[in-house]
Amino acid sequence: MAEMAASGESPEILFWVGCAGSFDDRYKAVTQAFVKILNKVGVSFAVLGPEETCTGDPARRAGNEFLFQMQAVSNIQVLNGYNIKKVVTACPHCFNTIKNEYPALGGHYEVIHHSTFLQQLINEGKVTMQGGGGFKGKKITFHDSCFLGRANNVYEAPREVIKALDVELVEMKRCRTKGLCCGAGGAQMYKEPEPGKKDINIERTEEALDTGASAIAVGCPFCLTMMTDGIKNKNRENDVQVYDIAEMIAKDQGL
Amino acid sequence: MSILSRLIFLLIFIIAGYILYRRVSFLRRAILLGKESDRTDNPSERLKVMGLVAFGQKKMFKRIVPAILHLFLYIGFIIINLEILEFVIDGLSGQHRFFAPFTGTWYVVALNIFEFLAVGTLVASIIFLIRRNAIAIKRFTARELKGWPGLDANIILMAEITLMIAILVMNATDQALADKGFGYYTQIDGLFFSSLIKPLFIDMGAETLFIIERVAWWFHIIGILAFAVYVTYSKHLHIFLAFPNVYYSNLKPKGQMDNMEAVTNEVNMMLGLPANTPEGEAPAEIARFGAKDVNDLSWVNVLNAFSCTECGRCTDQCPANMTGKLLSPRKIMMDTRDRAEEVAISIDKGGPGLEDGKSLLGDYITKEEIFACTSCNACVEACPVNIDPLAIIIEMRRYIAMEESGTPQQWNAMFQNIETSFSPWKFSPSDRFNWADKLKAEETK
Ligand code: SF4
Ligand code: SF4
Repeated sequence: MAEMAASGESPEILFWVGCAGSFDDRYKAVTQAFVKILNKVGVSFAVLGPEETCTGDPARRAGNEFLFQMQAVSNIQVLNGYNIKKVVTACPHCFNTIKNEYPALGGHYEVIHHSTFLQQLINEGKVTMQGGGGFKGKKITFHDSCFLGRANNVYEAPREVIKALDVELVEMKRCRTKGLCCGAGGAQMYKEPEPGKKDINIERTEEALDTGASAIAVGCPFCLTMMTDGIKNKNRENDVQVYDIAEMIAKDQGL
Repeated sequence: MSILSRLIFLLIFIIAGYILYRRVSFLRRAILLGKESDRTDNPSERLKVMGLVAFGQKKMFKRIVPAILHLFLYIGFIIINLEILEFVIDGLSGQHRFFAPFTGTWYVVALNIFEFLAVGTLVASIIFLIRRNAIAIKRFTARELKGWPGLDANIILMAEITLMIAILVMNATDQALADKGFGYYTQIDGLFFSSLIKPLFIDMGAETLFIIERVAWWFHIIGILAFAVYVTYSKHLHIFLAFPNVYYSNLKPKGQMDNMEAVTNEVNMMLGLPANTPEGEAPAEIARFGAKDVNDLSWVNVLNAFSCTECGRCTDQCPANMTGKLLSPRKIMMDTRDRAEEVAISIDKGGPGLEDGKSLLGDYITKEEIFACTSCNACVEACPVNIDPLAIIIEMRRYIAMEESGTPQQWNAMFQNIETSFSPWKFSPSDRFNWADKLKAEETK
């Protein structure tokens, strides 16, 4: 972004990568896949790179409002400094925070989750399916992220994207408004769960496996980690894959 | 009816009214222990939500069987209470079936509707009792329902059953008396359900029948008044509170947490930015960050607690609860209500109130419960009366994090990572853009 600004350009969208998208080894692949799609379509976009910092979501959900607001205010200063109007992100937590919680602190942007953005590209014919990746006809289930679904009522966009791949989309017993959390939200990602009889991601993975799907599609970095761990725990990593929807589209495009 | 019985009737009414008045003003005080919170925006949207969710029971219909059974109780409650109007007029004026002479066939139609609903309520109550006790559905056997809450549910169902039986017996004996041409009883042709049980009574003498009819009549009206009083001491407060509760519910996206203005001011000061408060106005003194006790919550949170039906739909959907963690969003609501009630009673008695050495967090709700929440909003989504247990959980986390620094070790480490390397994980901020290296390498290939 700094480079673009220096040369006086202003991008159409800012791609907010998020911490998982920047640092998580598995999830970096999703960032790369999404960027490849953006490049292929020729969308003018920028990323903040090293100027991006945590939105503050995990701090806020863990109760540390100070830390959240410190993060939020400095991020807003950067975003406003570049005069950003439209933000796209692959992380539902970043999406929720920037869209719903930054306005109270002076950050007003049009914020879109990458599922909605991909759906728009497909609807506008900017992305047409190439049949790569071998998804056609496969049974695929979609795991709703709480922060995309219940928190922000985005249920259909990721499903439309998956359906565009001509797959057989199978729903889990608990889906959409009743979708079961992967267990990572509310800053649970960063600590061991409280004592109980089971881990939440195992409960959810079992439900996903019950559908008989050969892949679990997600739209959230934490869900990706939790479901991948669940699949490993069940020793099914050889026959059941966990993908972010952007990866599926990139694969289809042969990117 | 004699003057004496009319006076007794009036007296009973006044007593019930007085008890109700005292209880309602008590509840008001208890709810207003909570802090100010403005939920008066967008009244038209609020009315719409109230119409759909409270009046229309929209969210109940996610589960069709209990929804239909509950609908019987609900409509039964509303419609049968119309009948009370006639009871009151009869009771005070000493007449019998005041409306009958001039409403003609409408009267028969109305009475049949009442009887139909009475039977529906009867059946629904019996099925609910079976579901609760014999089938022992999971959400009705949780730890927070042991003791009084479980008993409360059963009492009200039994009360419904006896009240409904009283209506049917009253109508049946009334008609049996009319058949005999006794006293002021007049024939009302075509009462379907009560005529089914009339054969039980026709062999009885007119005197006995008269006594049964009067007993059923008094039982019904006193029963309803007692019910009205009882409701205000029970989870059945939701019959009334569901309406304001839904009206004042959160209209914003569920993922959005409220901004703490007090913190914003401090953050702005630290960063050398202008404060949000208008010039010359000192920022309001904040007693406490987050919530330790009921008075730290907003009045909407406390209203939520008193509106809770204890149905457990929230807990049933809670990922933490279903995997065996202590957290139960229903228990959060019940604890909040119990604490608010305890404090309000104490204040009324001139006792220590909030300063009784106890607090909601600690004595009712444990940190272990609070920490287990994934903020997934499943409880909020599931609640048929738009209660928000998550809001209370978050306020308590704020208290734990900011007043006590009592968050789990791993969270503290996460906080520290964000402070020092601007990411919840310990990575160097300068590596943030490294993901692009692979793409750049591919491009140059
Ligand atoms: S938001 Fe928290 S309390 Fe509510 S269902 Fe989810 S985990 Fe349970
Ligand atoms: S909070 Fe709502 S869903 Fe939970 S028990 Fe109370 S009324 Fe039922």
